[in-house]
Amino acid sequence: MKTLIRGGHLIDPKTSRDGIYDILIEDSVIREVSDAIRKTDGKTQVVDASGCIVAPGLIDVHCHLREPGFEYKETILTGTSAAVRGGFTTIVCMANTDPVNDSRSVTEFIIDKARTEGKCKVLPCGAITRGLKGEELAEIGEMFSAGIIAISDDGRSVRNAGLMRKALEYAKTFKIPVISHCEDTMLSGGYVHEGTASLLNGLEGIPAIAEELMVQRDIAIARYVDAPIHITHISTGGSVDIIQTARKTFRKVACDTCPHYFSLTDEATLTFDTNTKVNPPLRSGKDVEAIKEGLRKGVIDIIATDHAPHEYTSKDVEFDLATFGISGFETAFALSLNLVREGVLDMAELLKKMTANPAKLLGVDSGTIAEGAPADIIIFDPDREWTVDRNLFLSKGKNTPFHGAALRGRNLFTMVDGKIMFNELK
Amino acid sequence: MNWKRKDLLDIRDLSKEEMLFILDTAESFKDISKREIKKVPTLRGKTVITLFYEPSTRTRTSFEIAAKRLSADTINISANTSSATKGESLKDTARNLESMRPDAIVIRHSMPGAPHMLARILDSSIINGGDGSHEHPTQALLDLFTIREKKGRTDGLKIVMVGDIAHSRVARSNIFSLKNFGNEVICCGPPTMIPPHIETLGVHVEYDLEKAVRNADVIMMLRIQKERGGTKYIPSTKEYSTLYGLTKKHVDRAADDVIVMHPGPMNRGIEIMDEVADGPSSVILDQVENGVAVRMAILYLLIGGEP
Amino acid sequence: MKKKVLLDKKAVDRTITRITHEILEKNEGSEALSLIGIRTRGVYLANRIQEKIRNVEGTSLPFGVLDITLYRDDISKLKWPEVKKTEIPFDVNNMTVILVDDVLHTGRTIRAAIDAIIDLGRPKKIQLAVLVDRGDRELPIHPDYAGIVCPVNENEEVLVRMSEIDGKEEVVIVKT
Repeated sequence: MKTLIRGGHLIDPKTSRDGIYDILIEDSVIREVSDAIRKTDGKTQVVDASGCIVAPGLIDVHCHLREPGFEYKETILTGTSAAVRGGFTTIVCMANTDPVNDSRSVTEFIIDKARTEGKCKVLPCGAITRGLKGEELAEIGEMFSAGIIAISDDGRSVRNAGLMRKALEYAKTFKIPVISHCEDTMLSGGYVHEGTASLLNGLEGIPAIAEELMVQRDIAIARYVDAPIHITHISTGGSVDIIQTARKTFRKVACDTCPHYFSLTDEATLTFDTNTKVNPPLRSGKDVEAIKEGLRKGVIDIIATDHAPHEYTSKDVEFDLATFGISGFETAFALSLNLVREGVLDMAELLKKMTANPAKLLGVDSGTIAEGAPADIIIFDPDREWTVDRNLFLSKGKNTPFHGAALRGRNLFTMVDGKIMFNELK
Repeated sequence: MNWKRKDLLDIRDLSKEEMLFILDTAESFKDISKREIKKVPTLRGKTVITLFYEPSTRTRTSFEIAAKRLSADTINISANTSSATKGESLKDTARNLESMRPDAIVIRHSMPGAPHMLARILDSSIINGGDGSHEHPTQALLDLFTIREKKGRTDGLKIVMVGDIAHSRVARSNIFSLKNFGNEVICCGPPTMIPPHIETLGVHVEYDLEKAVRNADVIMMLRIQKERGGTKYIPSTKEYSTLYGLTKKHVDRAADDVIVMHPGPMNRGIEIMDEVADGPSSVILDQVENGVAVRMAILYLLIGGEP
Repeated sequence: MKKKVLLDKKAVDRTITRITHEILEKNEGSEALSLIGIRTRGVYLANRIQEKIRNVEGTSLPFGVLDITLYRDDISKLKWPEVKKTEIPFDVNNMTVILVDDVLHTGRTIRAAIDAIIDLGRPKKIQLAVLVDRGDRELPIHPDYAGIVCPVNENEEVLVRMSEIDGKEEVVIVKT
């Protein structure tokens, strides 16, 4: 089975290709990338990408698929359907399922389910501690042999610093990243960013230092044991500064942020729209600028979605009682493309933070369009205008603060391992 | 003035003109409470529900009397008697109540934004009777009414608020209204009870009560919110009382015609001493009396005319 | 807009004088009499009557102002009518109250005014004085004193203009 993607503007950050190329795919692998591939036999399927940008499939290092246990929020099928529509070909799903992904059997279940039902590659992230309780290490080696790609207690920090130290040390054996959600719960406990908006709406605040203190701590531990650490979904200017400073003397720190942290400020919470409730919370305008600056300077390596789908009723309650999280797969790329239009990043830099950099963190061979690489490819129109309608989401999670927003840029085609999983090209 | 609102959710949302219109309307209603027949037929056939998820005597009674003096029927539902304890959600409770076709629902809730949620889903007029640490708009309006009555104006005054500013909806609503009218507002309390960024609201902060009250035209005392975990922020109420309890000595430092206000219920001997609460500067009972007139005006404006 | 003048300034004054005398005649003097004007123009009319009685009898009658908004029967159909103050600074119990309004039409305003007064106490009598009775009643209400009686068509409106607020003084019929 051969597919030829013809006439598109290829941008591949890893190989620095930026121009009109034809790409020939055979089975699940990219065979040839060149100026013009003319000879095709009659059986080759041709995809006309002219006028569009062709890029490696996006890789998301942080999402929630909710299966097993919370199938009413999302399933592997619906989550991956939303992912491929959004341009993602590889996604890392967090361990806070029910049961928690802290054992070989849960890891195997997710991998099997994804193989049969998934629309894209699903790489499970195992728990650091058993039951995410922060008390004792999970069987990381067992999960690793079953296929986890990273470990994280996402949703909370490992409060016990001694245990976090052991996790960072132990993970070295398997060379998998430790992804840290940074939050000192003794300082948080609120619902929105502590700042001028919380002053107006009276909602209990989560101060920036609740995140920053934990970023400091985790980097200090990682430095002490000389282990790599990945700080996920950073949201404050302080976190950017801390990571930038630490990097000067300790290279093994990486981090990501999510589209909502550079698209919305805490002002969005003034209407008490529970879809703006997310952890970490939407921060101040200053923080948003600092996050963009962090992306521009390269302090922030990766853009992740933190796709956190929830059922309608968990958001249709008082703000205090609503669950945290934003359903992000289907808006993340368009929101990120704003960074290019605003001049924060050029297109290749943006794509690098969504393809090559996450591939490097995870140690996978995708995230590039090159001969011999897996055929994970997207075709998108960076200027296509559309309006977000949560009711049309493929994800079960309709919880988005961007409902009704006019966005620009849309993924039109997603190929995973040579198979077309989403096609909106006319 | 063209009044167009369906709901009264927050003071921050109201213009000066709207606030003055409510106050002027309230003036007309104040006399009714002084008559022998304290009732007009204006809201005959209308139904007002008070839905209280937090204990309250003053606000609820005030609303109930206000509604009854306008001939509306009132039904009181409180969290401990309604199905709240059986786990029914606020939304379901509200929808059920709406099926009984009330004209207005006064809601008090411990969580900010609860009235806003009801306003989005219900056709009835929603009145915020206090939502968590967010706002208490009718309290701020009755305070403004009392200030205007006693001081003859609503602007150019030096107003000191003392207590747990961070967790007080009364403080928030009053800051919004009083700053909107261009008053000087000083927030005084232990630093743990002063929220960060408060100065962005145009108020000044003074931790020393003796300094804060100097030449004040109005002293607004706030209640120590024991139910909102207010005591987490201070070592003890005894220590608080020593540092921030209002005594006659403080009142003597203020302007000669200073008025002392308190939204009630008072913790006598903690935030306010008897000599002040019952002293000549106290307008605390006027606040209660004016509360009825202001709430009559609000009910009249929200459900009196055609929507 | 076409208008027809029913009473000019002088005629308005003469009519008020006549009503004043009728009031005094019917009540055999001014003892226990009081005046309540219905906002807005009824107040100015009542003022004039008070003035004239003072000239004739040398006494100043107790005087009140009534806003009937809260007693209207059509309140829920109105776009938030502004409530003005009712100021009746005397005890209406056992008084003969002369209720004064500019135009009597359906009678609904007067019904509301009577209810409002009765909520304040139990007057001995309530009598009604109007400058114009334009007919077309919807309630069994009849004036005790009417300046002029003047049935008008449905598409016509009677306007009373008083110098205190309108800058001129006349009673006119206009086509609507």
